[in-house]
Amino acid sequence: MQVTITINGEEVTRDVEPRMLLVHFIRETPGLTGTHWGCDTSNCGACIVRLDGQAVKSCTVLAAMADGHEVTTVEGLERDGRLDPVQEGFHEKHALHCGFCTPGMMMASRALLDENPDPTDEEIRTAISGGICRCTGYQNIVAAVRWAAEREAEVKQEA
Amino acid sequence: MQTPAPCGYERATSVDGALAALAAHGPTARLIAGGHSLLPMMKLRLATPEHLVDINDLDELAYIERDGDVIRIGAMTRHVELQRSALLAEHFALFADAEAVIADPVVRNRGTIGGSLCQADPGEDLSAVCAAIKADVVIRGPAGERVVSMDEFHVGPYVTAVADGEILTEIRVPIRPGAGSAHEKVERRAGDFAIAAASAAVWVGGGTFADVGLALAAAGPITVDVTRVGELLRGQPPGEELFEAAGAIAAEDCMPMADTRGPVDYKRHLVGVLTKRALRRATARALQQEA
Repeated sequence: MQVTITINGEEVTRDVEPRMLLVHFIRETPGLTGTHWGCDTSNCGACIVRLDGQAVKSCTVLAAMADGHEVTTVEGLERDGRLDPVQEGFHEKHALHCGFCTPGMMMASRALLDENPDPTDEEIRTAISGGICRCTGYQNIVAAVRWAAEREAEVKQEA
Repeated sequence: MQTPAPCGYERATSVDGALAALAAHGPTARLIAGGHSLLPMMKLRLATPEHLVDINDLDELAYIERDGDVIRIGAMTRHVELQRSALLAEHFALFADAEAVIADPVVRNRGTIGGSLCQADPGEDLSAVCAAIKADVVIRGPAGERVVSMDEFHVGPYVTAVADGEILTEIRVPIRPGAGSAHEKVERRAGDFAIAAASAAVWVGGGTFADVGLALAAAGPITVDVTRVGELLRGQPPGEELFEAAGAIAAEDCMPMADTRGPVDYKRHLVGVLTKRALRRATARALQQEA
């Protein structure tokens, strides 16, 4: 069947088998390999993208189910050559080591901040609890999200 | 790489359309809602439907509303909506208790109450929640609509009263005075299925229990409705000794299996403790004593 998914603002159309998972569509068709394919069982969160704005695990959504919908991946965080504050925060606070969980962590964090611009550490921990970091870097991920929240508050105040 | 077996796919745009699609494709067709039970099972080839009917567009089944003395919950209501509902928080606080510990927020964005109930995994929390609060469910099929109790709904492990060609459309919960409820769960790690969980609902009137519902998840081959607890508590004034006795009954009546989450005697002990805690908290909420 033919599906058309808008990924980071660009329409992508391809013939797929209905059984194809969204994570593979994203990685194979536009070649956006920032979204990682990890556990395959909706546990690890490396494949988290946003589907119509909501954070979802793309290994547990069929590409067919996303037909006609909008997907944002980690590649879509950067705007006009400028990193998203969440990405800057991960850089500033050393929130990644091997980097495998990072795209999912960033997408879950971005979704959190869009809904709750000033989260507590507890709220950040809950928001990223669908991701697993095996470099045991949660402490710095929480610090990175806090950094991003504060940066965004500053920018808002300046404007 | 885990990949589902080949299958067909179509998107339903109405409940009637979904029923027509199921009728056209016969018993090897399956509805797919949030997909967070079905897709993992398809990847493991534990489920091999030949045709999927996607019901994610059925906004007509996504609602939580009050209709007189009944709360109606549409089957496509996502976990996140159940967790945040002010109406449910007011009348049945156990939904928010349970939802805070069902999987993780990203999964909760997608999974639905209808999907959870129809999956009928004995370790799943919402089946115990709905049994404790004595909900009814509405099932629609080619012959029309029927309403069944949670007791009739749970047929066996992963088997419900929803037959081939039918769809669960709604969960109905009666609002009765003096209600309080709570869900208590112990899991190995954040987002995991329960080692054991207990859902309690009490209705207090004139200083005694008018009615009590107590159901367990991950404590047997199906959701365990511990009817003996209700029998013990009805007509009695709330008290710690009663909760103790109820915990002992639940520990006796549950049917846990030894697995990677623990041996039978540990699970029975846990069920007793969780039953006591859930009843205590539900009662405190009913009496509005909770801080």
